[in-house]
Amino acid sequence: MLLIKCPYCEEERPELEFRNAGEAHLVRAAPIVDQSDDDFAAFLYFRQNPKGLQFERWRHIHGCGRFFNAVRDSVSDKFLTVYKAGEPKPNIEQLVAKAPTPAETAAEPEQKRAPRAKKAEV
Amino acid sequence: MSTANHSGSNRIAGAGRLTPAKTVRFTFDGQNLTGLEGDTLASALLANGIHLVGRSFKYHRPRGILSAGSEEPNALVDVERDKSRKQPNVRATVQEIYDGLKVKSQNRWPSLTFDVGAINDVFSPMLPAGFYYKTFMWPKFAWKTIYEPKIRAAAGLGVVPGEPDTDRYTNRFAHCDVLVVGAGAAGLAAALSAANCGAKVILCDEQTEAGGALRYESDVTIDGVPGYEWASATVARLRSMDNVTVLTRTTAFGYYAQNFVGLAERISDHLSTPGADMPRERLWQVRARKVVLATGAIERHMVFANNDRPGIMLASAARMFLNHYGVAIGRKVGVYTANDSAYAAAIDLKRAGVDVPVIVDTRDNPTSPIVEEARSLGIDVLTGHAVYSAGGKRRVSSMLIKPNRGGNERKVSVDALIVSAGWTPSVHLFSQSRGKVAWDAANERFLPGTYAQDCVSVGACNGTDRLQDVLDEAVSSGSASAGEAGFAKGNAGSLTATGGTSWIAGMIGSAPGAGADTTVKAFVDFQNDVTAKDVRLAVHEGMHSIEHVKRFTTTGMATDQGKTSNLHGLAIAAEALNRPIPAVGLTTFRAPFTPVTFGTIVNHARHDLFDPTRRTPMHAWHAAQGAAFEDVGQWKRAWYYPQAGEDMHAAVNRECVAVRNQAGIFDASTLGKIEVVGPDAARFLELLYTNPWEKLGIGRLRYGIMLREDGFIYDDGVVGRLAEDRFHVTTTTGGAPRVMNHMEDYLQTEFPHLNVWLTSTTEQWAVIAVQGPKAREIIAPLVEGIDMSNEAMRHMSVREGKICGVPTRLFRMSFTGETGYEINVPADYGQAVWEAIHERGKPLGLTPYGTEAMHILRAEKGYIIVGQDTDGTVTPQDAGLTWAIGKNKADYVGIRGLLRRDLVADGRKQLVGLKTVDPKVVLEEGAQIVANPNQPVPMTMIGHVTSSYWSENCGRSIALALVVDGTRRLGETLHVPMPNGVIEVEVTGTVFFDEKGERLNG
Repeated sequence: MLLIKCPYCEEERPELEFRNAGEAHLVRAAPIVDQSDDDFAAFLYFRQNPKGLQFERWRHIHGCGRFFNAVRDSVSDKFLTVYKAGEPKPNIEQLVAKAPTPAETAAEPEQKRAPRAKKAEV
Repeated sequence: MSTANHSGSNRIAGAGRLTPAKTVRFTFDGQNLTGLEGDTLASALLANGIHLVGRSFKYHRPRGILSAGSEEPNALVDVERDKSRKQPNVRATVQEIYDGLKVKSQNRWPSLTFDVGAINDVFSPMLPAGFYYKTFMWPKFAWKTIYEPKIRAAAGLGVVPGEPDTDRYTNRFAHCDVLVVGAGAAGLAAALSAANCGAKVILCDEQTEAGGALRYESDVTIDGVPGYEWASATVARLRSMDNVTVLTRTTAFGYYAQNFVGLAERISDHLSTPGADMPRERLWQVRARKVVLATGAIERHMVFANNDRPGIMLASAARMFLNHYGVAIGRKVGVYTANDSAYAAAIDLKRAGVDVPVIVDTRDNPTSPIVEEARSLGIDVLTGHAVYSAGGKRRVSSMLIKPNRGGNERKVSVDALIVSAGWTPSVHLFSQSRGKVAWDAANERFLPGTYAQDCVSVGACNGTDRLQDVLDEAVSSGSASAGEAGFAKGNAGSLTATGGTSWIAGMIGSAPGAGADTTVKAFVDFQNDVTAKDVRLAVHEGMHSIEHVKRFTTTGMATDQGKTSNLHGLAIAAEALNRPIPAVGLTTFRAPFTPVTFGTIVNHARHDLFDPTRRTPMHAWHAAQGAAFEDVGQWKRAWYYPQAGEDMHAAVNRECVAVRNQAGIFDASTLGKIEVVGPDAARFLELLYTNPWEKLGIGRLRYGIMLREDGFIYDDGVVGRLAEDRFHVTTTTGGAPRVMNHMEDYLQTEFPHLNVWLTSTTEQWAVIAVQGPKAREIIAPLVEGIDMSNEAMRHMSVREGKICGVPTRLFRMSFTGETGYEINVPADYGQAVWEAIHERGKPLGLTPYGTEAMHILRAEKGYIIVGQDTDGTVTPQDAGLTWAIGKNKADYVGIRGLLRRDLVADGRKQLVGLKTVDPKVVLEEGAQIVANPNQPVPMTMIGHVTSSYWSENCGRSIALALVVDGTRRLGETLHVPMPNGVIEVEVTGTVFFDEKGERLNG
């Protein structure tokens, strides 16, 4: 069971208190009715699912109830950072440089690749 | 050799640490035997001269005891306390004996000494690896019906108990600074060193007592005292420290993310009469800042012909049985080794008075002084020799010895044979932690390589050889771990060791005489009956990765997970492939390290505690009325209320008719309820529902539809406006939690600018629906402060007031098509108000109705149930709910999804009614619909039945269905092919009763 730090409660709590809520930083267009079919399809269905670092949403559902964002390595399950909803995307290179851990130093280079920029992001 | 016969003829007086006076009686296959307190089943059986304890999995070959620990592949038995507390596949080397212990051997019929299944051994040339895959392929159906059941019955290990387990299991969460796994010399030293720094330490060991190899190493001292004494004193010291928890009989079985380690503690399996309040096992879920792995190493057997005969045993096991349990495994014990450590066992046996005629060493020139020591005791040491086969069947009787460079063979008779091919470091937990092992070519072993978590390996599992080095490494790792966990390094001190035998080097793979040019039965994996020949055959048949070899031969896949066999199998495969071992690869170790009972994992989550049961405030009343209940998610809902002599059909028909003719009372408390409050509440609902809300008047209700972003229906429910800034939202029973989550998600992340608060009030309100022409007449006298006249309180309105003196939110609404009310009262008053209304309405014909009648009544009106008439691919237009979409709205969740090409295209399935041509026929829900029943199979299906009932009110069956272009097919005849014939149906509108809806406004 993972320990996850909630950026609102500012402490680590067991995974049981949380629920994953999918990829982070998907932008709901405004006005959404004007979005093209391709862009809307990308927003609705296309996900990165990277091997390595990914931006994802979590909800501290059995705690404070807040949604927040996290950067997690999908290979090692290690969280690099968590941050509040609405805060900008952290810089992956800086994070990796700041906190090397045994798993990360051992990780294959391609596993460290940051997710590609998403179509839906404008 | 003197013996102490009362606890077994092979017990040596003066040897071992058990107390001769403390005898324990037990039975093995019905035979009464006596052992000593502290014995394992294995040591007690050996003391009584019993080596044959089981039959093998596939060939039913006689098998004995290989080891003295949890790696045991052979000696699996069935232990039975009573019918419900019976466990198969218990390792005799782990089970401690107690007075009255009842043990049975497994996988034999009719008896252990005469086993019919042993015929498989005779036919074994016809049963090579992969035999089952290749042989039982035809005819296809026979695998499931004939082959698999027969093979499963013939093979297999123990038999599972037939009754539910009555034992109790418990669990505990623990946090510590340093978790030390393994309490041998390394683990004890590391734990003490960490504890001395002030760190909170948990030390666990799977064995009965701490000490590890110190329990049998007779030639070792630490700090001037014999190793075992040092271990006992150290454990006592650790136990006396407040910051240390010592857990014996506790297996660290799984190493999960972020230093989360699962321990299984066996609490009462060794007790004759466990206290009634005593759990059988305890699951520990430990979160450690640092983990010190001191898991030791496991000795390997030699791979040679008939190496599985009972009486052939690992050298370290023989030493343990002698030095700890005082048991000689035989009177004339041969030795076959490829390293030094077996010499120590031979010397101990010889000194205890056991005849040790010969040590056969595959090495040409072993140089260790221990070789000379053995010779000096008069043991014949044959270097550069190998044992080509073992004689005997139910017990080894001889060893056939040949020089490696050719020459005369000779046969030495023995009654036991100890073997050692070398030691395999236990990197299981390290590997489970996602660490990567590295191949140590010089010593042919895998060692911890790249670490993935905050852990460190010390001692034998780290490849460290000399005891002094092990202790130095453990002491410094212990204090370093405490230091990294935030404790100042205390004075770690140091420990001084003498004695001990080197245990590195040895051999892996098949021994001389069992090589590629032979067809002998030299076992690699005892438990799954895999021989060296089988591994080579797998390679020959094209399995080139160890993963494939493993699955083809099943080597390493038994309950012991190949603890003694994996490296042998890998080496043989690598040799056959002519590739280096690291290139062939090692399979990943997975949890659990040793089998863990289901009871421990399931723990308290059984019976009532398996899943929460939710009951409404009026549950007791329904139960007292004899209601049948149905499970709806976690809720128990009253399904129908049968009266004397009624079956379900009769009860439901009566309930449905009563609602339409007089009135019915229904428990709707399970509906999800969310209070939406704040200055932007209406704007928020505008965004979450398709409907317009800004202009909904205070005191009015509206039916709302919630979509997902893709445009499909997610939920529905009635929403009431209680104030400018306050809405009472209802959801479907099953949808309540996810709707709340969906709303929170949008409020927090997409529309955070809105000032709105959401509160789940599902369990705060009891909801009593009173429906039918007499509904108002029944409740009006009980209501205070609300004008209930038809003019003042129209259909789809809400008022706050009192009922029976209790605050209420009174909804005038209907899910039946009748004039009706849904009375919300605080949950604690639910049953009292329900009873008062029932009392008042009874003389007027008020009838309780359950969820079945509710379903039928709403279907008669064509009201959908989300999740039954919709399935996540249905839009409001498909469901005939276009009217519920706000026409002038700029945005709501799903607005863009609804514009997608496929959602506005022709040919979508639309909700329609179906009437069977024969009104008595009730369609099956889920039945498929076709246009032309005479087309060839597979037919083109154009829809399916979503709801179908007998409607007593309509005097016929009714159904709802999703049909391609359904609304354009009104009046058409379609067909529902069923196993017993094709049913003709007419497509109709969705409303079957009171099409104009006049009854709502009565």
